[in-house]
Amino acid sequence: MMDVGRHPRIELMTFSEVESVTGYVGNFQVTVRKKARYVDASECTACAECSKVCPVAVPDEYQQGFSSRKAIYLPFPQAVPSAYILNMENCLGNNPIACGKCAEVCEKKCINYDDQDELVKIEVGVIITATGMQVYDPTEYDEYGYTRYENVITSMEFERLICAGGPTEGHFIRPSDRRAPQTIGFIQCVGSRSRDGRGNPYCSNICCMNTVKDTLLLCDHYPGIEAKVFYMDIRAFGKGFEDLYMRSKEEGVRYIRGIPGEVIENPDTRNLTLTVENTTTGRLEKHELEMIVLSQGVIPRQDGDSIRKLLTLSTTSDGFIMESHPKLKPVDAPTRGIYLAGCVESPKDVKDSVTQASAAAARASILLNAGKTKVEAITSQIDTDKCNYCGICAKVCPYNAILAPDRKAEKAPIIIQAACAGCGACAAECPQDAITMRHFTDEQMMAQIEAILEVEPHKHLLTFACNWCSYAGGDDAGTARLQYPTTCRLIRTMCSGRVDEKFVWHAFRLGAPIVLVSGCHFSDCHYISAVRWTQKRMDRMWNKLDKLGIRPERLRLEWISAAEGQKFAKVMREIEDAVKAVTTEEIEFTMKVLAEEEAKNKAKKEKRKAKAAAEVTA
Amino acid sequence: MANELTKPEELRIGVFVCECGLNIAGTIDCAAVSEYARTLDDVAVVVQNKYTCADPGQNEIKKAIREHNLNRVVVASCTPKIHEPTFRECVADAGLNPYLFEMVNIREQCSWVHQNEKEKATEKAKDLIRSGVARARVLEAQTEAVVPITKAALVVGGGIAGIQAALDLADGGHQVYLVEKEPTIGGIMAALDKTYPTMDCSI
Repeated sequence: MMDVGRHPRIELMTFSEVESVTGYVGNFQVTVRKKARYVDASECTACAECSKVCPVAVPDEYQQGFSSRKAIYLPFPQAVPSAYILNMENCLGNNPIACGKCAEVCEKKCINYDDQDELVKIEVGVIITATGMQVYDPTEYDEYGYTRYENVITSMEFERLICAGGPTEGHFIRPSDRRAPQTIGFIQCVGSRSRDGRGNPYCSNICCMNTVKDTLLLCDHYPGIEAKVFYMDIRAFGKGFEDLYMRSKEEGVRYIRGIPGEVIENPDTRNLTLTVENTTTGRLEKHELEMIVLSQGVIPRQDGDSIRKLLTLSTTSDGFIMESHPKLKPVDAPTRGIYLAGCVESPKDVKDSVTQASAAAARASILLNAGKTKVEAITSQIDTDKCNYCGICAKVCPYNAILAPDRKAEKAPIIIQAACAGCGACAAECPQDAITMRHFTDEQMMAQIEAILEVEPHKHLLTFACNWCSYAGGDDAGTARLQYPTTCRLIRTMCSGRVDEKFVWHAFRLGAPIVLVSGCHFSDCHYISAVRWTQKRMDRMWNKLDKLGIRPERLRLEWISAAEGQKFAKVMREIEDAVKAVTTEEIEFTMKVLAEEEAKNKAKKEKRKAKAAAEVTA
Repeated sequence: MANELTKPEELRIGVFVCECGLNIAGTIDCAAVSEYARTLDDVAVVVQNKYTCADPGQNEIKKAIREHNLNRVVVASCTPKIHEPTFRECVADAGLNPYLFEMVNIREQCSWVHQNEKEKATEKAKDLIRSGVARARVLEAQTEAVVPITKAALVVGGGIAGIQAALDLADGGHQVYLVEKEPTIGGIMAALDKTYPTMDCSI
């Protein structure tokens, strides 16, 4: 921590949040909000005089609420930067000044009640996301009485009680009577590996070894203490872990296989009686303990959504951030130039976090050292001859990469190639077909549609899937070997926003029974908001189908994320019956109606063209 | 000369069907698929490989590009998410613009999900290849833009992972901005007493 504070090449911005991110690999523009600290961190000497005179006492978050802190405080003695901070929500107020004592005693005069948030703009080539995790709150496991019994604590609270820098200076006592407990129980998997709707279904990875560590600390500090661990499986899989587990057992810690069903407090002694089915002996047991530690699991940060959206990251089904590839690119985010480190990606211990952080730094260094990189040539280009200056493209673009046209000056829109991310929504929305999406051109898309529907079109499900979510969801189904009917014929687009209306009409004209458009969930869209245009277009098409007398249900829309292989397979299974239910007559009717419609539109267009030509000659 | 330039290029497509060991060949009749690919218009050569992504497989592609003067390459194998960059590089090595390469996914989205319907899976693979070849016909060469990299890194989060990443990058000579939401760095680890397996202090 100290190394970071004094490193000449690290600019540390604490009490700060990323407010916006624009740009692309190698060229990100980031705005950081440096929140008002009310103490000039560069001047503060951490003399503590301010804190001494502060009359406000609030629970100390760092000490898990076991002790109090002042409104102006140092988070903990080793904090970096070593500077106080004034929490304005706790402060008695400064307008009008109600107290002002801290400023009076501050010799360096570094307290400023009028401090303001500051927005700092920085430019970076790479971004490492290491926003971490949070611990599971065991309140909903009411049978363990966490909120009712003082002597039931969490593993994070245990850390503070056993720590020499903690509220009791390392004297491990139980909260109800400040007495050192002689018997202590640990309940594992609280909020982890749960199938009853509470907590999470995944293993939190670190809790078994954390408890093994806790028992060793107790045995070391208090020889003779009786510790019992109630568990379903002890997962001691890492290097040196089994040794620690064995040492804990040799120290006399009892490991009892069984997750307790209930904890009851004796109101007189404040001792706790725990009921558990010992699954090794098959007997129901009761254990009287003076204290219980709930080994709480790890969950994704509940405030992590804003940074996730800023960096267009997706989550896996457990809520942690999804990597580019679970095996081959475990520290790369799907967006180039962005990397993942630590628990933001999955629950992991210190060693794994450090390993992953070094890996992410090494991956990032590849780009930084190269100094330049190639970007995929999947961007849109405009044919100014076809453009009629309507300006829809500029409105559609989620990246503001299209400079709006000027109708009066007959100035066509300009697409900034470096800013274009390649979703193709503009190409799909352009009423004049004036925009070409490179590598996903209309011609290329149509060629695929025609080829797929060349043989027995009525039997097949034409599916458009976006590269980042739905296509990856299909891959996920494959990796998991989930079986589904063979009806699906898939066409990849970068974004579902690329699926032009004419692709769908063409498919129906060629005899497709059902057309499925699949894309990212709104919050997952790799192209910020391009997926919203998919929704709008689908609404338009459903209306048109209805007007033409074609069942709108034949055009389907599904949001499938990259982690939803299960959903992909389920959709494929469910849609099978719908494909079979479309009759030959229905298909023939559709083909006829759409062919007539196309002919009508063509005639209209020609007429308009002829009229325009006549006007010119006149 | 002018005539040469305006004359549409004759399409010469190479199709490479990958068995992926038994991952694909265990379900799909790769020989039948290859045979089918040969019947498609503009297909100049079809090669069936055990592992197209391995060096021998890639060498086959390069060899075929040279021998058959291929101007389009279609590989039917796994998901493009894994090996599209591999094959793009491979065809570029042999002098073909990487955007004239098309990948058809007959593993994740065919053989692995239809393991009990071998015949139908084989038919699906044929359809997918037909679609890939159709797309390949109209692919266009593209030039990738080269963009400069700003020589600075942003690390979001100052827990143990953010600290380590920031230090590594900074020690490597790069400018680092470390942004932490809380008033101090340290994250969850700073609130721990000791950490396993070394049982030493967390701070």
